[in-house]
Amino acid sequence: MTGSDDNLWQGDVEKLKGLVSERALTGETMVLNMGPQHPSTHGVLRLLLELDGETVVTCVPDIGYLHTGIEKNMESKRYEQSIVMTDRMDYLSPMGNNLVYCLAMEKLIDLDVPPRAQVIRVLLSELTRINSHLVWLGTHALDIGAMSVFLYCFRERERLLDIFEMVSGQRMMSTYFRPGGVWRDVPAEFEPAVRDFINYFPPRVDDYEKLLTNNPLWLDRTQGIGFISADDAIRYGCSGPTLRGSGVNWDIRKALPYSGYENFDFDVPLGQHGDVYDRYLIRIEEMRQSLRIVEQALDKLPDGPVRSNNRKYVPPPRSELGQSMEAVIHHFKLWTEGFRPPVGEVYQRIESPRGELGCYLVSDGEPKPWRVHFRTPSFIHLSVLPLMSKDHLIADLVGIIGSVDIVLGDCDR
Amino acid sequence: MGLTSKLGNMGVVTVKLEDAINWSRTRAMWPMLFGLACCAIEMMSTQAAVYDLSRFGMELMRPSPRQSDLMIVAGRVTRKMAPVLRQLYDQMPDPKWVISMGDCASCGGVFNNYAIVQGVDEIVPVDVYVAGCPPRPEQLIHGIMMLHERIKQERIKDWA
Repeated sequence: MTGSDDNLWQGDVEKLKGLVSERALTGETMVLNMGPQHPSTHGVLRLLLELDGETVVTCVPDIGYLHTGIEKNMESKRYEQSIVMTDRMDYLSPMGNNLVYCLAMEKLIDLDVPPRAQVIRVLLSELTRINSHLVWLGTHALDIGAMSVFLYCFRERERLLDIFEMVSGQRMMSTYFRPGGVWRDVPAEFEPAVRDFINYFPPRVDDYEKLLTNNPLWLDRTQGIGFISADDAIRYGCSGPTLRGSGVNWDIRKALPYSGYENFDFDVPLGQHGDVYDRYLIRIEEMRQSLRIVEQALDKLPDGPVRSNNRKYVPPPRSELGQSMEAVIHHFKLWTEGFRPPVGEVYQRIESPRGELGCYLVSDGEPKPWRVHFRTPSFIHLSVLPLMSKDHLIADLVGIIGSVDIVLGDCDR
Repeated sequence: MGLTSKLGNMGVVTVKLEDAINWSRTRAMWPMLFGLACCAIEMMSTQAAVYDLSRFGMELMRPSPRQSDLMIVAGRVTRKMAPVLRQLYDQMPDPKWVISMGDCASCGGVFNNYAIVQGVDEIVPVDVYVAGCPPRPEQLIHGIMMLHERIKQERIKDWA
């Protein structure tokens, strides 16, 4: 689609210089526009493709069609208020975004998190990972031509959304994690619902594998496609399944544990070939491993409070307000002015479903952050797209875009 | 069954032309497959197994604007995306309708800043607004049924 003022490649050959090869300028190869309205660009990604026949010579991503100004907007909101913004960045893993921002705040002000809240966070983060991978699998398979997988994945996803709604009152944008813990304790029906899901889900993953893993059509479309070597993946800053697909053992949950991930027993699946198929296998296996973590977390869910008792940063519960003057003062201060963290800067990273999600937070001592920056995996992974898609057919490009699992909200923010 | 026994062997139903046309339009809408942000995921949920939008005659989403008559603006519209959205709307053949899905598309939502268009009605005429961030699939379905009601009230003299 066309129409913006800065038409990068609307018939103006001069503007294409440096982006595409010399052959395109002489008309030997064709320059084609793909997106931003295209069913398999997973949102509003726009690509400039240089094609030799059906073969991709180069592809230049054009991003920013979903630039929301979230980082700037967060500077004008207080620390607690801006958590709602983080949900809407990577909208397939809202709890992961909440988590990285809360962890960064907690690192900045050195706030404790009670053990029960830690375990609830891990549990819900892993359910979010499954949720994200289900959407990925459904849409990725749909791009390549397997329609029914999409319907199955979304059927299972509804159960997860029911669980999220149970704890937070919202299906997607939960804003459930808060600095110092979680918003409130999980309800009584939470545990049976998760147990039910733990029993329900593994046969469903087997079903997906039956449909896809040994399907000759699927193998033809994915094996040997979108190759990236381990060296290149590291050099381009890949992380998550995109990096592990090339056989690099790097998972932040293992390497730099946060929220008590060191207490859980799980495997990190690794690929060998670095192609679309290996990345698919890894994400399928990750769903099983996440379920293992969920089961362990549910078994050892400790009793106790779910939010820190540090009243300078965490508002007191309603029940205290009628009895304690101090609680009223703290409540008033926190809801009118917000808390003032010490001056400083922190970087906190977590393993989001897509890779390393980092939050860089700078505080100047005011109740609002001076600068928030997110290091988002989708943005980094988009830069490997030209490398991965080189010399592939244009039909394989949609499979490659799907296999790096980009979310444009995460990329543009 | 009911209808045939009432009709007997007459085989004729009389109905106003505009009612027949409106009825058929509501029963075979082709929404455009056009997702922008978070709401697009809920739109996909609405389309998928549990909520099954095809019960309302929307079996199929068309990726091409030239084959669709309903645009569901699902998500925040950025200033960069706005011209693209308008062009897509212009490419849709008449009659066409627009549902603004979610708070961002309806009024900017939580994002009151330089990047987001404060309501898609600045760019295209909107028939139904669906509130929510993101709206539940039931809410979107309710919006679609409201649109059906609206279409049923259209009159031939308004089309010209």
